[in-house]
Amino acid sequence: MNGATPHPSAASLQSQFGSAIRRTLVSCGDTIVVVARERSHEILRWLQETPGETYDYLVDVTAVEYRDRERPLEVVYQLWSLSRRVFLRVKIELPKDQPLEVDSVADLWRAADWLEREVFDMFGVTFRGHPDLRRILMWETYAEGYPLRKDFPLRGRFSRAEQVRQALAIEPESNYSLEELSIARAQGALPADMRERLEKDPRRRVR
Amino acid sequence: MGEKRTLELALATPGVDASGRPVRVPLGVAGDAEPELSTENMLINIGPQHPATHGVLRLVVELDGEVVVRVIPHLGYLHSGFEKLGEYRHYNQIIPLTDRTDYLSAPANNVCLAMAAEKLMGVRITPRCTVLRVIACELSRVMSHLVWAGTTAIDLGAFTVFLWTWQEREKIYDLLEEWSGARLTTSLTRVGGMMADVPDGWTGRLRTFLAKFPGVLDEVDTMLTRNGIWLGRTQDVGFISAADAISYGLSGPMLRASGVAHDLRKDRPYLDYETYDFEVPVGEHGDVYDRYLVRMEEMRQATRILEQALDRLPDGPINVDDPHVILPAKHRAMSDMEAMIYHFKQIMEGVPAPVGEAYVGIENPKGELGYYFVSDGSAKPVRWRIRPPSFINLAALPLMAEGHLLSDLIAINASVDIVMGEIDR
Amino acid sequence: MDVKPDAASAPHGSAEAGLIMSPNWFTARMDDLVNWSRANSLWPASFFPACCAIEFMATAASRYDLSRFGMERLAYSPRQADVLICAGRVPFKLAPVLRRIWDQMSQPKWCISVGACASTGGIFDTYAMVQGIDTIIPVDVYVPGCPPRPEAMIYGILLLQKKIKGETVFDPSLRVEQLADQNGMFLPPAAVDELSEPFGNSVHQTRSA
Repeated sequence: MNGATPHPSAASLQSQFGSAIRRTLVSCGDTIVVVARERSHEILRWLQETPGETYDYLVDVTAVEYRDRERPLEVVYQLWSLSRRVFLRVKIELPKDQPLEVDSVADLWRAADWLEREVFDMFGVTFRGHPDLRRILMWETYAEGYPLRKDFPLRGRFSRAEQVRQALAIEPESNYSLEELSIARAQGALPADMRERLEKDPRRRVR
Repeated sequence: MGEKRTLELALATPGVDASGRPVRVPLGVAGDAEPELSTENMLINIGPQHPATHGVLRLVVELDGEVVVRVIPHLGYLHSGFEKLGEYRHYNQIIPLTDRTDYLSAPANNVCLAMAAEKLMGVRITPRCTVLRVIACELSRVMSHLVWAGTTAIDLGAFTVFLWTWQEREKIYDLLEEWSGARLTTSLTRVGGMMADVPDGWTGRLRTFLAKFPGVLDEVDTMLTRNGIWLGRTQDVGFISAADAISYGLSGPMLRASGVAHDLRKDRPYLDYETYDFEVPVGEHGDVYDRYLVRMEEMRQATRILEQALDRLPDGPINVDDPHVILPAKHRAMSDMEAMIYHFKQIMEGVPAPVGEAYVGIENPKGELGYYFVSDGSAKPVRWRIRPPSFINLAALPLMAEGHLLSDLIAINASVDIVMGEIDR
Repeated sequence: MDVKPDAASAPHGSAEAGLIMSPNWFTARMDDLVNWSRANSLWPASFFPACCAIEFMATAASRYDLSRFGMERLAYSPRQADVLICAGRVPFKLAPVLRRIWDQMSQPKWCISVGACASTGGIFDTYAMVQGIDTIIPVDVYVPGCPPRPEAMIYGILLLQKKIKGETVFDPSLRVEQLADQNGMFLPPAAVDELSEPFGNSVHQTRSA
C-alpha cells in the first residue's frame, strides 16, 4: 500500500511551501501530508482557497496518539474537495515534550468548531484562536484527565465509588458557557464565582 | 427599568446568514416594544430528559417571549467511551460496538466498520457479500428514515404516523432477526464477509415487504405532505444556505436539502453503487420541509435499490476464502488440525492488520459516517475514530434555530435527525 | 428521604417496624384495591438514553402495545409518574440528572432498569459509564438484554406489577429510601468498587495490546 503515487495536491503543496511539508506518504490508497505546526493554518487556508485545490469540505478533525510513547501526537485533518472529488489527509505532529498547541481552523471551516473542542476534551490539545474552547463530551470540571491519551486507563484513574461520587456532585449550572452566563447576568441572578468568570474573560465587551 | 440588558460577546454563531437570505423576523423584538414594557429574556433548559430532544440532548435556550434568541446545545450525556474501548478490542470485536453508536441503523454501521478494516488489511470481499451489504445498508436507510418520520411527526403532533412507521419497522425487524438473530443490534458483518448468509426464503420475504412498503409511504404522504398544519410548521423553518451547510460540514439529507448534490454513493462509490440505477433527491429551500421531502424520496429510492440488489444477488460464498481472516467452518475446526489452529489464532490473538491507516466514509442515513483506523501492526487498533454525521450536523442547530419560535426549535431539532449514541459515542 | 435504621431491623409485620395497623381482613381488602389500581395504571417516567429506548418505543407501539398494561400514558414529567423506566446506558455525566429525576418523583414510585447497561454497565466497562444505576437509585426490576426484546420488557413490567400487588399501604417503611452514603450513592462505596473487580471480564478485555 505504501509506495503508491500520492495525488497531485502533495506535489503542489511541496512546491508552494517547501520545507514546511515534512513528508508525504500513501497508506491504503489515501494521500497523507505531514506539515509543520507553525504554518498549519496558512497551509490549510491555501488548500481551501486555491483554485486548483478547493478543499472546501472539512470531513473530520481528530488526533492520534501511538502506543510507542516516543512518537509524537498527531492532529489529523481529513479534507474533501466537493468539486474535484478528491480526498486529502493533513497531519501535524506534536512532540510530547512541548505544549500541545495548534492553530484553530474554525475560521476556515465552521465544522472545526465542535470537532476541535472534542480533540481538546479527549486529548488535551489546545487550539489557538478557537472561539470557545471547552470540554464538550465530558463535564467541565472533569478531573480525571484526557480520556483518549494512552496513559489514561480504560476504566479511568479514580475508583468506581469515587467516580460516582464526583458524578453526583456535578452541578449543571456551574458548567454554563460564557454566552449562557451573560444571559443569566442580564437577569441579575448570577452567583459570585460565575460573575467573576464572566468579568475576567477577555472576549467580553459590555454595552 | 424598561430596557433589555444583555451583555454581548463575540459569538461564533451570528443570527444572520451571509448569503442574503432573510432570517425570519421575530415578532415583538426590541424596536417594536413600547417603552413602558419591561421585558427580560428567559433562560430555559430543554433536556436532557425530554421527549422531543431525540435522546439525551440538553439545549439551553434564551427566549424573548416565544422567540429563540440563542440556543446552546450541551452534549456528552451519553458519552460511553467507544473510541477508547475500540483500542482494547480486536477488529471483529468492535463490530458489536458499532451497533450501539447509531442504533437506529445498525447494519449500515456494521458494514462501514467491516469496510474500514478490510481497507486496512487489504481484503477483497466476494460478490455475494457485496450485494448483501448493499441490502443491509439500504434496509438500514429505510429503518432509520422510518424512525425519523415517526418521531418528527409525533413531535409535531401527528401521532398516527408514528404508529404506522413503527409497524413497518417491525416488519424489517422480523427480516433482520431471521438473518442475524437480533432485531436492533445486528452485528451483521465480519471482517472479510458476513456473520451469516440469508436464510432460505428470506429474499422472497424481503420482496413481499418491498411490494407493500411504497403503499405505506403513500399513506404517510397523504397524512403529511399537503397537510396545512405540517406545511405551516415545516416550510421556511430552519433554513440553512448551501454555503453555510458546506462550511459546517453537514452531510446526508441535511446537506442535500440545501441544494448541494453530494451523496457518497455517487461521489465516492463503494460496494458497486455506481452500477445501481437510482436517483439522489436534492432539495432547494434548505428548510425542514425540504428535508422531509428528501428523506421520503430516499426511502423510495432505497426500495428501488433493494429490488435491483435482490435481482442481481449472485450465488457463491459470502466470506473471503482466507483462513487468516475468516473463521473456518465449525465442522472443519473440530476435525481438521490446520483449521483448528487458524480458529485458535483468530480467537485468541485476533486478526492483525498491517501498519498503516485507513479512512472509509459511507452514506449513512444520517450523513457521512466515517471510520478511521490507525494500526501499528497488532490485532487491536491504535486509534479508532468515528466520524459522526449527527454530531457535525447538530453544530448547525444554533444557526438554523435562532430567530425562530420555540416550537420551531423542536421541529428543526427533529429535522437534523440526530441519534445521541453517535453524537456522544 | 428519611433513613430509619430501626424500622429496617425490626421484625417484619410488627408495630416496631412502623406498621400503622397490624394485618387483618380490612387491611388485606384495602391493599388489594390500592395495589390493583397502582399496578394497572403505572405511568412511566421515561428516561430514554439509548438503544433500549428504541425497543421500549417498539413495545409501546402497535405490535406489542403497552396500553394493555395501563402504561400508554408516558409521563414525561417525573412529577406525574409512578415508575422510572431507565432504558439505556447512563454515563457519569447523566448520573446527577437521573438522580434528580428520581428525586422529583413522588412516592409511591418504582424503578425498572431496562437492559444490560442500565443494570450493570453492560459492555461499557469504561471511564465514563455508571456500572449499573442501582448504585444511584433503588431498582425494583432488572430486565437483562442488549436490548431486551419487547416480550422481555413486558415480562419485567408484569414482574413489577406482581411486586406491587405484594405490598401493603400500612407499612410506611416500604416507601422510605435508604441512602448508603451521604454523597447520594445508593450502594455503599465498597460495593461499588467491587463492581470493577476482574470477575466476569476475560483476560483480554482491559489489555490494549
